[in-house]
Amino acid sequence: MERRVVFAGWLCPAVLLVPQMAVTIVFFFWPAAQAFNESLRRGDAFGLTTHFAGVANFAALFASPNYLASFWITAVFSASVAVLALAPGLLLAVMADRVVRGAALYKTVLLIPYAIAPAIAGVLWMFLFNPSIGVLAALLRWLGIDWNYFLDAPQAIMLVILAAAWKQVSYNFLFFLAGLQAIPPSLVEASAIDGASPRRRFWTIVFPLLTPTTFFLLVVNIVYAFFDTFGVIHNVTQGGPGQSTEILVYKVWYDGIVGLDLGGSSAQSVILMAIVIALTAIQFRFIERRVHYA
Amino acid sequence: MATLTLDGLRKSYNEREVVHGVSCAVADGELVVVVGPSGCGKSTLLRMVAGLETVTAGTVSIDGRVVNAVEPKDRDIAMVFQNYALYPHMSAYDNMAYGLRMRGMAREEIRTRVERAAAILQLDGLLERKPRQLSGGQRQRVAMGRAIVRDPKVFLFDEPLSNLDAQLRVQMRVEIKRLQQQLGTTSLYVTHDQVEAMTLADRLIVMNAGIADQIGPPLELYERPATAFVAGFIGSPAMNLVRGRLIAAGVEVAGGVVPLAVAGGRGEPGRPVLVGMRPEHLEPAESGPLSVRVELLERLGADTIVHGAAGGDGIRLTARAPGGFAPALGDPVALAIRPEHIHLFDLDTGKRL
Ligand SMILES: Nc1ncnc2c1ncn2[C@@H]1O[C@H](COP(=O)(O)OP(=O)(O)OP(=O)(O)O)[C@@H](O)[C@H]1O
Ligand SMILES: [Mg+2]
Repeated sequence: MERRVVFAGWLCPAVLLVPQMAVTIVFFFWPAAQAFNESLRRGDAFGLTTHFAGVANFAALFASPNYLASFWITAVFSASVAVLALAPGLLLAVMADRVVRGAALYKTVLLIPYAIAPAIAGVLWMFLFNPSIGVLAALLRWLGIDWNYFLDAPQAIMLVILAAAWKQVSYNFLFFLAGLQAIPPSLVEASAIDGASPRRRFWTIVFPLLTPTTFFLLVVNIVYAFFDTFGVIHNVTQGGPGQSTEILVYKVWYDGIVGLDLGGSSAQSVILMAIVIALTAIQFRFIERRVHYA
Repeated sequence: MATLTLDGLRKSYNEREVVHGVSCAVADGELVVVVGPSGCGKSTLLRMVAGLETVTAGTVSIDGRVVNAVEPKDRDIAMVFQNYALYPHMSAYDNMAYGLRMRGMAREEIRTRVERAAAILQLDGLLERKPRQLSGGQRQRVAMGRAIVRDPKVFLFDEPLSNLDAQLRVQMRVEIKRLQQQLGTTSLYVTHDQVEAMTLADRLIVMNAGIADQIGPPLELYERPATAFVAGFIGSPAMNLVRGRLIAAGVEVAGGVVPLAVAGGRGEPGRPVLVGMRPEHLEPAESGPLSVRVELLERLGADTIVHGAAGGDGIRLTARAPGGFAPALGDPVALAIRPEHIHLFDLDTGKRL
């Protein structure tokens, strides 16, 4: 059932809309328009004037091996973060769903990482794995692993992936748990009577019924890995060693603020904007068509 | 071909006992209906038989083998749930085939069995549909199909018809009865609807707050209810249960004296009792031992249900009269009842005297 509120005039709804619209315009449309404008311009050598340059900035990006490498790093990073955040989230949710006693405590504890800001999470992981002072780094050394992510690119990527995924596990856990609890117990009972082992029950009944949740979370996690992991990268590796952990969102910042290439940086953010719009569109299309299981 | 035996079955949830020792032997091919009001422990009883709840005490045996510790899948039972519990992401065909696939049956054998079940249940042409594309009655049939393709030893039904509208319920009731007779599968069927229970059952178990008050064929329960609870629960409209007192000439009730079939032997005179009289046994007469003032008439066509007040102390009696019977509201009506139709129950224990 849909409930509609009917307003008599236009003034009241307009006043109610203004704050939201103002925020959206000031913090989204305006910067977006600026970025778009900037992405089509190029500055002179002294940064005093700019001139219209058409798609030159974009052309330069796609001709730059650095940028393409960053794309590739971002893809690997996002996919790994999504998988490493989803799988443990699901596993924990399945286990928490079975717990009867003390369920509230488990849930609370499992949710704590989500309350931690990405930057703090980055610092936490940095301290744990810092080659000179990290506790876990020492442990790895002791195990005979030559641990130094400041020098070793694969180690650096693994570390930022872990740090970024760890934080997102809580979020996925929460949604998976809600999804699991929405599955009528009688379905699982029916499949138990039908002769399915617990494992087959999960893969033939529970997991398919979680598909909508899983897809939703997949998109959310990819968006997270693309855009919300700046703090993690910045605190753990600063994009290094070399550019091995320089994901797109980090490169936007680095090229624009550190490299002072405003045109190129703006072009990059326009591309990122296009990606997030595409992801959101997929999400919306999916939610609209989403199957509602009775 | 199987028997199902419940022996002193008990269930407690956190120290609180909800099923207090139910024993019943279900013969091969028999349909036993468990009936009782909401919350009396019917579902709990059925779920213990299915293996979905642990048994606190007592035993469940199928074909003489105690199955208390046996997994549901190894009990060779099939269950039809109240909400059908169809797998929403699978077609009707896959829903029915699921249990067979889990047991590793060959593809062609599965196809044959599902198609045979679909033919019996008139589901042909609907097999490719998902549950949400089926009507309530069709879903119900798919749920039945899922149970019968497995050809289990025992069918368990937990209020399978309660989500259907009244007309469909009557129709499906007949179909279930016919199907069960045709297949000859031992069945335990739970319902809170006494009409459904009476029509389906070979034997009934009337549950009252976790106790099996009486177990027997429907007519026996109707004719000789063992407790006042069973007397009030079985039969529609419900039996009149009013306080009375034994006297030498019979029983004093509702301002009249009704003779008893066997005078004496049912308690010393003066003893207060609960007197049960079925509405269909209270007949309007020229003069009767009982008299009521008409308060309300329910005209059902074939019958007229007369609700009346007897005596001065607010006792109400219901009688079933022929359809043409039409007294005016407020008129006195004399009612007679044959002595053998009087049921007497102990006032405290509710046990039949
Ligand atoms: N998991 C449980 N934990 C605690 N108490 C329970 C549980 N399941 C059922 N009960 C209690 O056991 C009693 C019997 O429940 P049951 O579901 O067997 O009733 P029922 O006869 O099937 O009722 P209905 O006709 O409403 O389905 C109820 O008092 C109920 O509150
Ligand atoms: Mg129930």
